[in-house]
Order: sequence, then structure tokens, then C-alpha cells
Amino acid sequence: MDIFLQQVVNGLTLGSVYAIVALGYTMVYGIVQLINFAHGEVVMIGAMVALSVIGALAGAFPGVPAAVIVLSGTACAVVVCMAVGYTMERVAYRPLRGAPRLAPLITAIGISIILQHSALLVWSRNPLSFPQIVRNPVVILAGATISAVQIVIILVSVAMMAGLTALVYRTRLGVAMRATSENPTVAGLMGVNINRVIASTFVIGAALAAVAGVMVGTYYGIAHYTMGALLGLKAFSAAVLGGIGNLAGAMLGGILLGIVEALGAGYIGELTDLCRIAWISDGLTARCAVDHHFVLFGSNYQDVFAFLVLIAVLIFRPSGLLGERVGDRA
Amino acid sequence: MRYAADSLAHLRKHRSAVWISTGAVAFALVLLPFVLSSVGTAWVRITNLAILFAILSLGLNVVVGFAGLLDLGYIAFYGVGAYCYALLASPHFGLHLPFWIILPLGAGLACIFGILLGAPTLKLRGDYLAIVTLGFGEIVRIFLNNLSQPVNITNGPQGVTLIDPFKIDGLVFNRTDTLLGLTFTGPMKYYYLLLLLLIGVMLVNVRLQDSRLGRAWVAIREDELAAQAMGINTRNVKLLAFAMGASFGGIAGGMFSAMQGFISPESFVLTESINVLAMVVLGGMGNVWGVVAGALLLSFVPEVLRYIVAPVQEAVFGRVIIDPEIIRMLLFGLALVLMMLYRPAGLWPSRTRKREFDEALHE
Repeated sequence: MDIFLQQVVNGLTLGSVYAIVALGYTMVYGIVQLINFAHGEVVMIGAMVALSVIGALAGAFPGVPAAVIVLSGTACAVVVCMAVGYTMERVAYRPLRGAPRLAPLITAIGISIILQHSALLVWSRNPLSFPQIVRNPVVILAGATISAVQIVIILVSVAMMAGLTALVYRTRLGVAMRATSENPTVAGLMGVNINRVIASTFVIGAALAAVAGVMVGTYYGIAHYTMGALLGLKAFSAAVLGGIGNLAGAMLGGILLGIVEALGAGYIGELTDLCRIAWISDGLTARCAVDHHFVLFGSNYQDVFAFLVLIAVLIFRPSGLLGERVGDRA
Repeated sequence: MRYAADSLAHLRKHRSAVWISTGAVAFALVLLPFVLSSVGTAWVRITNLAILFAILSLGLNVVVGFAGLLDLGYIAFYGVGAYCYALLASPHFGLHLPFWIILPLGAGLACIFGILLGAPTLKLRGDYLAIVTLGFGEIVRIFLNNLSQPVNITNGPQGVTLIDPFKIDGLVFNRTDTLLGLTFTGPMKYYYLLLLLLIGVMLVNVRLQDSRLGRAWVAIREDELAAQAMGINTRNVKLLAFAMGASFGGIAGGMFSAMQGFISPESFVLTESINVLAMVVLGGMGNVWGVVAGALLLSFVPEVLRYIVAPVQEAVFGRVIIDPEIIRMLLFGLALVLMMLYRPAGLWPSRTRKREFDEALHE
């Protein structure tokens, strides 16, 4: 039981990060029907920038409270990522609006290669450890260990989701975004500056990605130039799981995916332990008498779950759990 | 139509010229390994890999270029073919089956994987398909990496070593032989084999392009709904594209295993999928010659860069500041972006493809 609770907590933490990244995918997809393939790399850039800034500040001002340092590191990451997001949209996607779908997808791949290898150039090939300047006390609750970082990650994610929802449904920019996603041409005729709306969507997504990068970096305590690709892929799966283009869907999808992944990693070894069914063959019984576990798939298959979920959703419910919201662009 | 008739007449008039130039090219291709090995055997190996990648890109071209389905996990099929060959012809399981059993088997297995991947995903919109294929590629890699426990099937990250070379009767492909006073080294023999294979695959591609099936693929690429209305069974035709592309990948993978003698999951990562995709895109999707040219270009330029970048940096700065590999990848990403912005149909585009892009951009 305590494994279960522990994995649910871990899943919730990771799931909130997925949800925040998935929001970036889903917003962009909802408006321009484009998978921003390089979004995962923006997360990585965010983590890297924050790591460098936090490290430098902690070295330069040892007296300053840790929270201030972390916050300013995050702020720097957000600013850099917003700039990256804007440049990306301006240079690689805007000129290709209206081109066949393959074209922006390929520029997106190009951009992600460029971002990844620029990071490699700046931050080296080795995994960098996140400066541990914040104390990380743990609470033990019903057998599960919950760390302060986990609680902060979940709270910050919830706050950001609420903020984004307010932005989309309560502000002028939000109205313009929704109008553009429904029909860009008509929105343009109604006086919406489509280019600005699309650019701000990218910038907002990149800001979210930066925060997600800082969170995932502090959670694992490590940042690496390749960390973005897999994370991005999982977050995209989360967006599809919830229904692409649907903000609430991305949040739900992210959290569900995190929990599925954590529970899967926690239990797959036990579930595929052939010694549980040792009675089916004498050879297996003999082997299990010596070595009590004969595990087919261990927790190193953790990364497979996200893809299995993605494929299953696409087969059985392609529009996602909460339904997709994508304007028709015939 | 008129253009085709004109060029046909033109061709008839210059038939002898065509024969002579074909002969000259063939002669040059036969001589090439001798020239290359006088520079260094490494260059013969590089050429072999380039040809292998050309075969691979032609396989991907069927899926991406002809049928317009973006496949980002293509390298998985290559991996399936490679592992099939490696496991059935190496001391790992103690099996040493001959190539004429394993190569078709590898192609068939890759084909089955292609159908397995294609069947559930073909209903999807193009960009979803890209992500699912990417996920599939990752799944295959994760399995290759981890299937060493509890039963050792793939030998995990260490990979499989001592894979049997190609053997036809007494002719072993990794040994040096002398024939008519000429010395043929192992890589040179593989060169001729791969060249033949490449020509075969190119022929299949060209014939496919003009076949009923090829036209059906193009129809689907241009407008799936219209194609369906014209009576094309879009599901089956798309599945065929996946299956065929995958089997080319499987064959190339088997050749790779035999040629290298060692494989590991490292060779079948996402970057390689993207590499192959870039070859197809750079050369011109859907155009057989363009794709081959793109593959050769992207295989040779990095090698040349490797020989230039490091010495130049040493001469200018006194040490190597930027790893040539990073420069290669940066240029690579830049090339993908610039290509799509300025020549979206590729360096040597197929005519219809070019029209399609032009129309879309001027709408």
C-alpha cells in the first residue's frame, strides 16, 4: 500500500510538470495546428539557464536567501525562453503558415536540433547537477515520503494552470486567442492582429516551459542537453490524451500520464515476475527456488508507458478524453 | 504530356550519346573503389555507408515522398533488420544461417513491424502519425537496450559482436582476394555488392513511381478524400507504403550488420531517423535521383567537414574549440530550416512535388 501511495505522489509531481509542458503544445496546436516539435528543447533551455544563473548567484551572494536566488534564476530562464519561443515562431514557423503540413514539422525538427546542439556547445556534454541550495525537508504521510520540492512543484503548477485559464477566458488577449483558433481569417477581419496573437501564444507556452524546466531540474537534481526530447514527447502524449487544443484536457492528461507512468514503473516488475506463475512449468519452479524473481520487464521500461498510452488513445479515442478543440482549417 | 513526348524524341535522337554516357558512368563507378582505396581504405568504408544510407533513404522515400506519411521512427525497421541478421548469424546464439535466408527474413520481419505500426495509426492526421512513429522508434530502441534480462536476447547496450560476414560459396566478403592481378579488399567487395543493391532498389523505386500503386500513393498524398472517392482503398495502399518502406529498411539493416560485424542499439537512435529523413527532404521528396543525391551529400559532407574543421581550428586558434560533430549537427539543423524556407521541395525536386509546394505558398 505504501508503494502505491508513494508512486501516486511521485506521479502527481511528474504529472504536473507534464501538464505544464503539455499546455504549451496544446495552445500552439489549438491555434496554428502545428506540433511545436522544439517545445521540449525550450524546457531544456529553461532548466539550463536557471541552473547557470542559480549557480552563479549562489556563488556571488552567499548571504541572500535561497528562495530569492531560485526565483531570480527562474525569472532569467523565463525571459530567455520567451525570447527563444518568439524567435522560433518568427523565423521558422510564420513564413510557412499555409504551407503543406510537412514543411513546418521539418523546420521544427531543424530548430530542435539547433537548440539541442547549441546547448551542448554552451553547457557541455555532461549531465550538470542542479545546485542544492534549498533545504528539502520531507514529510512522511501514511507511509509515503513527500518532499517539500514535490509540494512546491504541485502548488506552482496548479497556480500556473489557474493563471493560464484566467488569461484565456478573462482577458482580451484570451478572447483573441480563442477567436484565432476558431477561424483565423474571420478573426483577422474582426480586427484581431493574428500575427501578434500567435506570437504571444508561443511566448506564453515558452514561459510555461521555462518554469517546467526549472521544476524538473530541481526535482531530479540534474540537467542534461538531451533532457528535452523525451520530456517533450511525453508531454505531447499527455496533450493528446486529454484532447489536443483543450486546456483542461492537457492538465488532466499530464497528471494522468504522470500517475500511469509512476504506477507502471512501480508495479511492472512485480506484475511480470514469472515466479508468480511458477506452477506452469517444472523448469520455472526449479529456477524460482534458487532465485526468487524472474522478472520479464523491469522498471527500465518506464519510458515505454507514455508511448503505449499515446498509441492506445489514438486507436480507441483519437479526440482524447475531453475532446479536441481545433478550429477547422480546410 | 508534350514535354514528355519532346524529351522522348530528344532521347531517340541521342540514343548513342545516352549509351556512351551511361557506359562512362558505369566504368567510373567500377573504378571508384580503386581510386578511393589509394587515398585510404577509410574512404571506401565511408562510401559504403553512404550507399547504405541511400538505400535507406529510398525506403523512407516510399513512405514520406510517395505516400506523404511522415515517419520519424524509420530507423527502427533498419534496427529490426540489423538485429535479425546479427542474432541469426553470430556466436551470440551459435546460429550461422546463410544470408539468403536471413536477409529475406529480416525484410519480412521489418515488413511485419511496418504493418503492426501502420495498422492502428493510418487513420491519424499526418502530424499525429509523425509523433506515433517517433514513439514507436523509441519503444524499439528501449527494447533492444533492455532485452538482455531475464533472458539474454539482444545483449543489451553492449550489442552483438562477431557477426558473420557476407558469404557466397567460397567468396567471403571481409577477406582480401586477388583476381586477375587486382587486389580486392573486404570493403571493396561490399562496395560492389551495395552498388548492385542500390541500383536494384532504385529500379524498384522508379518502377513503383510510375505504377498504378505509385499513382495511388501520390493521389493520397495530394488529397486523401478525393483519392478515396476515386475508388482507391486508401487503408491498404497506405499500409503497403509502410510495409514496403519497412522492408527496404530491413534489407539495409541486414547489410549493415554483415558489413560492420558489430551492432548496438546506439546505431538506431532518433537522430539517425532524422538523419535519414533529412536526406530525403534535402534531395527532394519523391524524386529517386534527388533522394540518392541527398543521401550521398549528407553522408560525405560531414566526413569532409571532419577533415577540415579540426585542422582549420587548430591553425587559427591553436586548438580545437568546437567539436566538429557539434558543427555538423548545427549545420544540419540550419540546413533543414533553410531548405524548408527557401527550397521546400528539395534541391532536386520532383516536378509534381514542386508544383504542390508552390501552389500552397501562393494561395
